Amino acid sequence: MSAKKESLGKTVGVVLAVCLVCSIIVAGSAVGLREQQQSNAAKDKMSNILHAAGLLDQAKGNIEGTYTDFVETRYVDLSTGEFVDAPAADYDMYKAAKEADASVKVENSNVGFQRRAKVASVYLVYDSAAKESVNRIILPVHGSGLWDLMYGFLALDADGKTVRELIYYQQKETPGLGGEVQNPSWQAKWDGKKLYNNGDVALEVKKNAGEDNPYAVDALSGATLTSNGVNNTVQYWVGENGFGPFLKKQAWRS
Amino acid sequence: MADTKEMKKVLFGPILDSNPIALQILGICSALAITTKLETALVMSLALTSVTAFSNLFISLIRNQIPSSVRIIIQMTIIASLVIVVDQILKAYSYEISKQLSVFVGLIITNCIVMGRAEAYAMKSPPLMSFLDGIGNGLGYSVVLIIVGIIKELFGFGTILGFEILPLIQNGGWYQANGLLILPFSSFFLIGGLVWVLRTIKPEQVEPKE
Repeated sequence: MSAKKESLGKTVGVVLAVCLVCSIIVAGSAVGLREQQQSNAAKDKMSNILHAAGLLDQAKGNIEGTYTDFVETRYVDLSTGEFVDAPAADYDMYKAAKEADASVKVENSNVGFQRRAKVASVYLVYDSAAKESVNRIILPVHGSGLWDLMYGFLALDADGKTVRELIYYQQKETPGLGGEVQNPSWQAKWDGKKLYNNGDVALEVKKNAGEDNPYAVDALSGATLTSNGVNNTVQYWVGENGFGPFLKKQAWRS
Repeated sequence: MADTKEMKKVLFGPILDSNPIALQILGICSALAITTKLETALVMSLALTSVTAFSNLFISLIRNQIPSSVRIIIQMTIIASLVIVVDQILKAYSYEISKQLSVFVGLIITNCIVMGRAEAYAMKSPPLMSFLDGIGNGLGYSVVLIIVGIIKELFGFGTILGFEILPLIQNGGWYQANGLLILPFSSFFLIGGLVWVLRTIKPEQVEPKE
């Protein structure tokens, strides 16, 4: 180590040069790849929605084409249940839930989050590319599991009362136990279950639910807290404070 | 220029003779966490190997310019930049896997293997040899990760790379999955077992008694 190598000016110079080169590389890769990353994220969301719509097999890799043909994004004011215009071009209900004037406080529910957006997005699935009659309604739902919030899509029949799919696309539950919310054989148990009995939310997740009970889904074995979380999530979102008014009004029919 | 024998030693030595995980017991943390499935283990191996190789290369290129008072900071800056680049590339071209690896790609920055090789080897060796040393150590890490990944996925899920090998009871087969192997800490037993096997085969790796 020569004395010259250790001088203050040299040290600062080398540090600055290294930082400059590194920052150019990092910024370059972030900017250069951003488009690809965003299209990946969008595609990932679309394929989850198509999964909930029951169209994933039909799409066969053509995710975007199928999505634009059959799915339409609409926005719902949750308090009235009516369709409204998109509050912003790139509206995100999970971001809006963090803003005080675009959200309301969640009360009397153990769903696991404090605020929810006033306006929610819903996805209408049509029976054909002509978009004449609605086949399924897909509601974004989320709620607390054992470890963290779980995000999913609840797909309903056009009658607004019968469940078709419950697809979780983001969860951090224990693999093999709570993580089984993503197991296809458990997901299949939701098909045909009824949400309401005499107008009240009746669907629940419980032990020994029985195959034929239209108002109950078998809980996951070894994952009581995750199952409770799913139960709370579904009950909250189809209830009065969630999509209840929208499902009662059936705005998609007019 | 170093001869080919030396290059071979640098490149393949870390796989068995001086394996970074099994002999030096470095980089255990990520090896525990992301080996639940073979696919994530493979991608993680690839990411770590490329980061180690290129950080060694760049640090070696400027090793005569790095003032020794700030050398660790400069190494960290270079390593961190490379890790961010790898993370961005994963997000762009392998979105599903990058979601599963999530925070662990970022944690390559603190992986002791990368820092260890930069400080111990790249600071005093020419660029080409440093590059090979990085690949070699990455391979040593990869071998352990892949072995652990195969064992955990096969006996924890009954699959290899997602293909069903042992049909599970849940899906109508006969195999009861071993829940212990799905949890991160089971890698402790597996890596411990590997170290034992390796030291039985190569007794010279056993530390002398104090």
